[in-house]
Amino acid sequence: MSKAPAASAGASRHERRGKSMARTMPQLRVYRQHKGLLLMFLPGFALFFLFSYVPLYGILIAFKQYRVLDGIWASDWVGFAHFERLFAGNDFYKALRNTAIIAVLKLIVAFPAPILLAILLNEVRQVFFRRFIQTVSYLPYFFSWVVLAGIMFSFFGEDGGFGQLIRMFGLEPPDNLIMRQDYFYGIVTASAVWQGVGWGSIVYFAALSSIDPTLYEAAVADGAGRFRRIWHITLPSLMPTIVTMFLLYIGHFLSVGFDQIYNLTLPTNTEAADILDTYVLRRLQTMDFELGAAAGLFTSFFGLLLVLLSNRLVKLYDKDQGLW
Amino acid sequence: MYKRSAWEKAFEAGNIALLALLGLTTLYPFLYVFTISLSEPADINRIGLHLLPTDPTTAAYAKVLTDPALYRAYGNTLLRTAGGVVTVLLFCSLTAYPLSRPSFPHRGLFVKLIVFSMLFNGGTIPMYLLIRNLGMIDSYWALILPLAVSGFNLIVLRNFFQAIPPELAESAKMDGAGELRIFARIVLPLSTPVLAVVALWAAVMHWNSWFDAMIYLNDASKQVLQLYLRHHVVDASTNLAIEFRLDDMSAIVPENLKAAIIMTISLPILLVYPFIQRFFVKGIMLGSVKG
Repeated sequence: MSKAPAASAGASRHERRGKSMARTMPQLRVYRQHKGLLLMFLPGFALFFLFSYVPLYGILIAFKQYRVLDGIWASDWVGFAHFERLFAGNDFYKALRNTAIIAVLKLIVAFPAPILLAILLNEVRQVFFRRFIQTVSYLPYFFSWVVLAGIMFSFFGEDGGFGQLIRMFGLEPPDNLIMRQDYFYGIVTASAVWQGVGWGSIVYFAALSSIDPTLYEAAVADGAGRFRRIWHITLPSLMPTIVTMFLLYIGHFLSVGFDQIYNLTLPTNTEAADILDTYVLRRLQTMDFELGAAAGLFTSFFGLLLVLLSNRLVKLYDKDQGLW
Repeated sequence: MYKRSAWEKAFEAGNIALLALLGLTTLYPFLYVFTISLSEPADINRIGLHLLPTDPTTAAYAKVLTDPALYRAYGNTLLRTAGGVVTVLLFCSLTAYPLSRPSFPHRGLFVKLIVFSMLFNGGTIPMYLLIRNLGMIDSYWALILPLAVSGFNLIVLRNFFQAIPPELAESAKMDGAGELRIFARIVLPLSTPVLAVVALWAAVMHWNSWFDAMIYLNDASKQVLQLYLRHHVVDASTNLAIEFRLDDMSAIVPENLKAAIIMTISLPILLVYPFIQRFFVKGIMLGSVKG
């Protein structure tokens, strides 16, 4: 009597295993068929997962009292305490304000600049001249911001090349141009254009060269002038590229260029130069990991939110566009 | 033939003038630093354009090249760049190839994971804690492994591999070739253009990286070139005159030295730039293919 239930339980367990085997067998066979490919794929994917997804788990410390010896999981939950600490600090608001101002300036100036450059380049008939300007305009992108900041300090510094050029025309350059806090936003925006406008124009220029030339020919036959052609053919053809680039751009809206800003920071302009990314770095240096992780999460979460929202808006307007 | 109005001719002339001005403003700061690195101190403060050094002298370079820390940093950067390029090529191509095969299991999920990683990441601090927990502080692995497999490279390579006719792989399979053999003998030789792009990309990225070295490496002897530059040229608290023992009798001033250091560090990029920039442009096209 007492054995029977056990036996039947065993049988049913066996049956169950059999059933689940039947369900997983095809999958296993698929894996076995792709054994070679899987073996090629897995080492790299493991690296990718380790450095792209395991850090996401580390974000948890923004909600924990992190104790190194216990590790992230065993440390105590503290809810939103670190975020309250974050939002209570003046430092954070200063960093957020600077970040927001620079983000908006870059969105208004540095984002559209490559589009304008691509359109202007497209209007040039002299191919050699166009290629030359393109090659020159990509150049700054190949240097680190350490080099670019070094060049800027040398060029805009006291008695630097900029001042010498201005004085050649009998004018006086502003004092301490590169060091001043009130010029910082302008310097960051202008140098971002210098560094990225040529490189950014490549994508748009490629989109322009794939426009059907018969469109332009038809427009010419209809008597459309150059500006009308730019307005009615060039710009609309660029729109899908602009939308895609905008969505990719907006995801990093609050990441306003750590490399650039950190290297352009001087003791005299820190009030304007302290951004969210440098705020995080300082928390790292003072080992306040939780607060730093909270600020980092704020930055990347805001970006993700903007992408999702913008993508939704784009889809409302045109179903076939957007990132996904 | 379509006739251009005076208005349009003016536009064309203005456009060319504007683009020429853009080209000059982009280039002049680079040229200026090059000129200053070769100029006599007396010439540095001269008002006007510094297009070419009036009386070239290599004294600043001679001084900079006496610094053993520069050679060490150069060696370190070369090491990380070489190691970085090899790991990027190896892991990215091996990982991207299976994703280009339609029958590969969970392909869609993997691609989604890759795309999402480009939109959202853990940030500086979780990454630092991971590196520390892996015991990679003060190790070059901390500079090489996290950059080995990037989402962007995977997508670029996958797009390229996908465009290779699948019949080639299938016929090799009929002949009994394994996947790795097909990949090494058929796919890779056909992919040299995209591999060149990815390798050059990795090289420039590693050459220019410094933030990872700054936070993961404490050992001064492991310092990379960009941090050497940052310390000597960008960091306002450094006194170059003291570090290089300049005095009133010296034939050079800190401005010379800074310019010479910038040039020394940028030289490899400046030398290869004219040859590699078109590869990069090609790479952008490959990456922009949607999918």
